[in-house]
Amino acid sequence: MPDVSDFILKLQRRRIEGSHATARQTAELLRSVVSQTRMPYTNQAAALLDAVRAVGEQLIAANPVELAVGNIVRRVLHIIREEDLSSSAVSFEGLMISEKSDDEDDADHKGGPVLSAAAVAAAARSTLRPRSLQTLLEDGPLPAAPSKSSSAGDSEGKSKSDKSAVGKRLKHSVIEAINLLIEEIDDCYEDISEQAVEHIHQNEVILTLGRSKTVKEFLYAAKQKNRSFRVFVAEGAPRYQGHVLAKELIQKGLETTVITDSAIFAMISRVNMVIVGAHAIMANGGVIAPVGMNMLALAAQRHAVPFVVVAGSHKLCPLYPHNPEVLLNELKSPSDLIDFGEFSDCMDFGAHGGAPLMHVVNPTFDYVPPNLVSLFITDTGGHNAAHMYKLIADYYSADDLVIKRKSTSSN
Amino acid sequence: MDLRRPNRPVIGPKVRQVGFVTPDSAAATSSSSIPAVSAAAATSAGSPPSSLSPVMIPPPRHPSTEMSNPHFHPVGSYNPSEQILGSPPALSPSRSSRFDADGSDFGGDDDESVALSGVGGGMTPKSSLLMRQPVTKTAPLVSETRKRDSNVSKGKGEGPSAAPKEKLTKAERRATQEAQRAAKAAAKEAAAAGGAPSVSKQPKPATKPATQQKKDVPSGSGPLQPLAPSGSIEKKQGKKEVAAPHPRMQFDDMTKVGKLKKRAVVNQSEARNRVELFRHLPQYEHGTQLPDLESKFFQLDLIHPSVYQVGLQFLSDKISGGNARCIAMLLAFKEVIQDYTTPPEKTLTRDLGAKVGSCVSFLIECRPLSVSMGNAIRFLKNRISSLPHNLSDKEAKSRLQSDIDRFINEKIIIASKAIVEHGVSKIRDGDVLLTYGSPSVVESIFAYAHGIKKNFRVVVVDSRPKHEGQGLLRRLVERGIHCTYTHLNAVSYVMHEVTRVFLGASSVLSNGTVYSRVGTACVAMVAHAFRVPVLVCCEAYKFHERVQLDSICSNELGDPDAISKVSGWKDLNYLDGWAQNENIQLLNLKYDATPSDYVSVLVTEQGMLPPTSVPVIIREYGIERLWT
Repeated sequence: MPDVSDFILKLQRRRIEGSHATARQTAELLRSVVSQTRMPYTNQAAALLDAVRAVGEQLIAANPVELAVGNIVRRVLHIIREEDLSSSAVSFEGLMISEKSDDEDDADHKGGPVLSAAAVAAAARSTLRPRSLQTLLEDGPLPAAPSKSSSAGDSEGKSKSDKSAVGKRLKHSVIEAINLLIEEIDDCYEDISEQAVEHIHQNEVILTLGRSKTVKEFLYAAKQKNRSFRVFVAEGAPRYQGHVLAKELIQKGLETTVITDSAIFAMISRVNMVIVGAHAIMANGGVIAPVGMNMLALAAQRHAVPFVVVAGSHKLCPLYPHNPEVLLNELKSPSDLIDFGEFSDCMDFGAHGGAPLMHVVNPTFDYVPPNLVSLFITDTGGHNAAHMYKLIADYYSADDLVIKRKSTSSN
Repeated sequence: MDLRRPNRPVIGPKVRQVGFVTPDSAAATSSSSIPAVSAAAATSAGSPPSSLSPVMIPPPRHPSTEMSNPHFHPVGSYNPSEQILGSPPALSPSRSSRFDADGSDFGGDDDESVALSGVGGGMTPKSSLLMRQPVTKTAPLVSETRKRDSNVSKGKGEGPSAAPKEKLTKAERRATQEAQRAAKAAAKEAAAAGGAPSVSKQPKPATKPATQQKKDVPSGSGPLQPLAPSGSIEKKQGKKEVAAPHPRMQFDDMTKVGKLKKRAVVNQSEARNRVELFRHLPQYEHGTQLPDLESKFFQLDLIHPSVYQVGLQFLSDKISGGNARCIAMLLAFKEVIQDYTTPPEKTLTRDLGAKVGSCVSFLIECRPLSVSMGNAIRFLKNRISSLPHNLSDKEAKSRLQSDIDRFINEKIIIASKAIVEHGVSKIRDGDVLLTYGSPSVVESIFAYAHGIKKNFRVVVVDSRPKHEGQGLLRRLVERGIHCTYTHLNAVSYVMHEVTRVFLGASSVLSNGTVYSRVGTACVAMVAHAFRVPVLVCCEAYKFHERVQLDSICSNELGDPDAISKVSGWKDLNYLDGWAQNENIQLLNLKYDATPSDYVSVLVTEQGMLPPTSVPVIIREYGIERLWT
């Protein structure tokens, strides 16, 4: 597919930057992948899952640091599973008698032959979720283990293989759902900024680092509600996007002070709240954020200033970070920091056994551990860092955490 | 401040303790034992709290008298010191002989009171002792008692005549002065309280002789300011070390700013879009002063050309860094002194002091002084004022010049060598050392460690807008040291591999706060969070008795335009023309304050200390080192 290779190239060359743009384009690409997939007569959902997984694997490999790609791939996989189950629920009505699959016990448990589509859909959704206290309480003892859902899909496919209309309907509803996902990604700014007035009050002093569109919209929204407050913008080396943010803020009439990153510790004692954007939120509540954020979070903790992370739900990543400073990081060109011409004479490779004496480190991301984050504001509301795993469980199915075709074939 | 300094051989401080300590005890004892008589004591009882604070307990000197009655501890401690005071070795023979007669009289008095107090505090004294009893006991009123004593004796017609009153020793004068202050406070107190008749009566005899003394003894300014010691040099010292640090100029005080502007040599236009939080600091339009000063070069005959040159170098940031600025300033002053001739009918000590003062204020206009420079100026002024009067101009000048050389040599150059030796001992093979900015001492530590073949790697952390680390990086790489260069935001990325953090400091304040290049606090904080030891290298002449908790109360603002322009990013011009928009301010802080708990150890030429020991260094060593 030309689309896919094109997109992979863009990701590899870091032409697409920012998790919002990446997420949106990934969703669009996957939508076209889904629509182009030829549906077999049997096992349609599995075919869709395989197709998406195949593309997703390449996309993730293209830029493993851009976690939004993986997030969206997993979201789409989750959507396919969900739509598959709910469409099978619709087919329940017609095929009630022929129902002999292992999903039956699930239906029996729900109470008898009179099954509404909604109830089955709910049951199906609950099978997609991993077992948790909430699902246990909602549904009582649920026999279907989460790993069962894929096999359930298979059996569903078999049972209604004779009906091609159902397959059409599945594809269609998956595309619909992906459209909804794209809409959600686009709307996340509005949803988040609606909550701004609850967090920003009059005469507040807010500190932010670098530039984040979410933060900008958040501050705009508070300003529109006639809250007057002051914003300190740390410029955010090495890219100095804070300058852009400052310019955008003063255009809306916000009182803005630009400070150097080094002045963060000096100024934070006069700050009421730190509001920053994130690159990704990990399942443990840790945050992958632009470089310098860990320093800012530590300073905020030292002065007991609330450290608030605003992020759309497409930034929620179901993975747990291991050594994120190294594994989920990216080193950029040293030319951001020093001038090659100026230091060319220091790059004498011959003098010291072939190794240069000088190294320049220019990482892109920082990892902020969950204990430093006071609050997450996503488009579904405010959350504690400890609650993140639960939120993530709502969006992703446990089967998709590892997107590798090997693992799926063994399934 | 330095009440707990028992072992000084100088007389001054001991007496000071007496004066400062006793009001409490006097209040406690005399008000309880002789309520009717001790009006002065009663008045003084109101001012300080009656409980002895631990700081105020004077060290025991004459155990024999004190041990007998613990309740009269202060009284006992007061008396012997008074006796010691009676025979100062420095006194001229004529004075001492006179004093001997006088002092023996008082000595007898004191003994009497000690004996009395030994008998029992609760006892009502006999009528003949009625006057003396409160008198000798109320310690802040030492001289008052003396005066009264003489008055009493005059009335009795048995004591010495008025002659000793006129020729008092310095110690006595000081005591008088103190009494005067106490009396003033008492009077105030009395006025406030409504004043019983006895109260208003008592202090008067004390104030009268005190006013007589006023001519030759400069009166202290504040009621809390403790007494000046006897010698003239010591007096200066005492004031310097005891008085709280002079409050800094606050630039939000309109009247003061107006005054300053009238005096100012440099025309400075106020910056637009001043940062509200930093209104108390000078915020001037940058870049305007330099051409203005250059055009004024021939009009400013007051300023010596070398000072002028240094000022311009400060202004244009050609010279930066605490040590470099301090040395440049001192060398300029040396030239000023070289070219100085005392004008007719003026004394060198006063006129040269004033001249140096005007040079200093010029330098301040160019750039606010660093603490190190402030200390050096204090040193120089002190040397000038302590010059003997009988010196010829030439001698005085050569003496001052050698003093300056000695200061530069001892306090800066030798001190940094000592620091290097201390610092190197903390570098092991295989260490990864992180430093921030370009501290000169740390650089020489690295160079020395490399010279003795230690195997280590350096991480140079740098930040906008000055990028001083690049210079350090270049110099270290040229020496052949393995370096990693990064920016401040990435410090938590590199901190994983770092084993030691070496930082420089502009100044270390009395509460252990390290006042340094902005960003140092961030580095120290991250190092602390990663459990990496932080070593702050600082010469002891940069210590200051000021205290500071945050970086906002006192700081220096750099050129805001340096923020809007990013070197190497030509397309980053979003903030061009920022001054036209009143909503935006650019803040370019120059320093920040690192809390002492982030600092593992301070490396000074005195050794390696915890930051909590800074006040000890300032107190115990600071004065002797700096002022002699």
